[in-house]
Amino acid sequence: MALIDIEHLNFAYPDQTKPALRDVSLQVNAGEWVAIIGHNGSGKSTLAKNINGLLAPASGQVTVAGLPLTEANVWAIREKVGIVFQNPDNQFVGATVQDDVAFGLENRAVPRPEMVTRVHDALAQVNMLDFATREPARLSGGQKQRVAIAGIIAQRPEIIILDEATSMLDPAGRAEVLTLIQQLRAQTNMTVLSITHDVDEAASADRVVLLNDGEIVESGTPAEIFTHGEELLALGLDVPYPERLKAALRRAGATMPKDYLDEEGLVNYLWTLHSTM
Amino acid sequence: MTKLLLGRYLPGDSWVHRLDPRTKLMASFYYIGIIFLANNWQSYLLMFVATMVMVALSKIKLGFFLRGVRPMIWLILFTVALQIFFTKGGTVYWSWGWLAITQYGLTNGAFIFMRFVLIIFVSTLLTLTTQPLSLADAVESLLKPLRRIGVPVTELALVLQIALRFVPTLMDQTTKIMNAQRARGVDFGSGNLFQQMKAVVPLLIPLFVDSFGIAEDLATAMDARGYQGGDGRTKFRILQYHQPDIVAGLAMVLLTVGLVFLRA
Repeated sequence: MALIDIEHLNFAYPDQTKPALRDVSLQVNAGEWVAIIGHNGSGKSTLAKNINGLLAPASGQVTVAGLPLTEANVWAIREKVGIVFQNPDNQFVGATVQDDVAFGLENRAVPRPEMVTRVHDALAQVNMLDFATREPARLSGGQKQRVAIAGIIAQRPEIIILDEATSMLDPAGRAEVLTLIQQLRAQTNMTVLSITHDVDEAASADRVVLLNDGEIVESGTPAEIFTHGEELLALGLDVPYPERLKAALRRAGATMPKDYLDEEGLVNYLWTLHSTM
Repeated sequence: MTKLLLGRYLPGDSWVHRLDPRTKLMASFYYIGIIFLANNWQSYLLMFVATMVMVALSKIKLGFFLRGVRPMIWLILFTVALQIFFTKGGTVYWSWGWLAITQYGLTNGAFIFMRFVLIIFVSTLLTLTTQPLSLADAVESLLKPLRRIGVPVTELALVLQIALRFVPTLMDQTTKIMNAQRARGVDFGSGNLFQQMKAVVPLLIPLFVDSFGIAEDLATAMDARGYQGGDGRTKFRILQYHQPDIVAGLAMVLLTVGLVFLRA
């Protein structure tokens, strides 16, 4: 059974007539990295909040790790689902880095000796141990998001949701966070659901789900999704630069591989193409 | 502005810095209480020496303490003047109508001055050697018994902690908004009082709106991380009394005994 199972989910915000999510069905398997892309207002973040009960679905069924999302289960589900939010400052609760990492553990009444080791381990995993006693005001955006991730992995959830977690970061901070997620996945085989409009982030996922006006339009591997360049552009989404280059080269008559290539992959392809000519 | 609120704390590793914040808080209040026992030169001298020993133990320059007195100086001088002019008794040195400078007036004025300065020194010592966060922890720990009568102590402590944590964030936000409004032609810090007050409005309103946005985001993040109110939480930061705290407590007892012995 899928780790996250969403069946026919509908949701509308109370002050809006148009539903934010319409008949969304999505399965995420354990260990998978799924990226949900879509333009602003497509319902991406609403979907994330429906998974851990921050918002209550109007109809449909959400099941996380076998637990149906109900009033009684909501805290148990939140224990399994960690969310990294968009704004690095507005989710930093603790007065120092280690206090913030401990916050979730304090909420779950983890005994202090265990809390100390878990905070230490989590900070080591995100490479922020040297900053343990620093105040948030003295950290960069990327570092704050790493702390937020540490706060979540300290709770040992089964799923980590990145709700546009890199959108407010500079390119260096974005790369920092993405590399970290890739490392963590290599180590722990964690399930990641990233909600993003950053194509590079989506390109590192196993599967990309395209959301438009609250409906799932398409779902597939990054390669499958990004080869439909024009459709993505029509939906107001960016297409990764290598894909745009490939499309242009194809129009110019060059044969291009069908699967998705990142910048480095494309460079490799291009220079080997040249040397075989 | 950041300095005004948080810059009072001077990081250090002195004997006073290492004391438990609860000890420092209780000792400061206790000290302010017993200073009212002093009523003659000998007892004030004892309090003065005791305060100087504490200051020396903190390894903080005397200048920082004197700076603490400065904002209060007019209040102090006013109170001292009242004492000097209105206390009657002893030799009269000068008089004019119902005003008179008497022997008792002068000694009383000197005592009041001393009391003020010593109280300011001790409270300055507390804030210079204790982080605001530790003070918040101390307040929480000391007020814990009030939970039994329904005071939400842990919640209040968390509110205080979050407020302290967001001071620099809101400062940044203020600077950002000020710059944005300057770019739109708002002139901060010039003109008469009324114009300056008017210039603050386009600063305060966006800041106010922002604060609500931050609060909402923060509440969502806390919810997502399993915050369900103050009950049943464990604590990461713990306070523990050590031997120096016992020493400090005993010192306060000895000081009280000395005062009772010396006072008239």
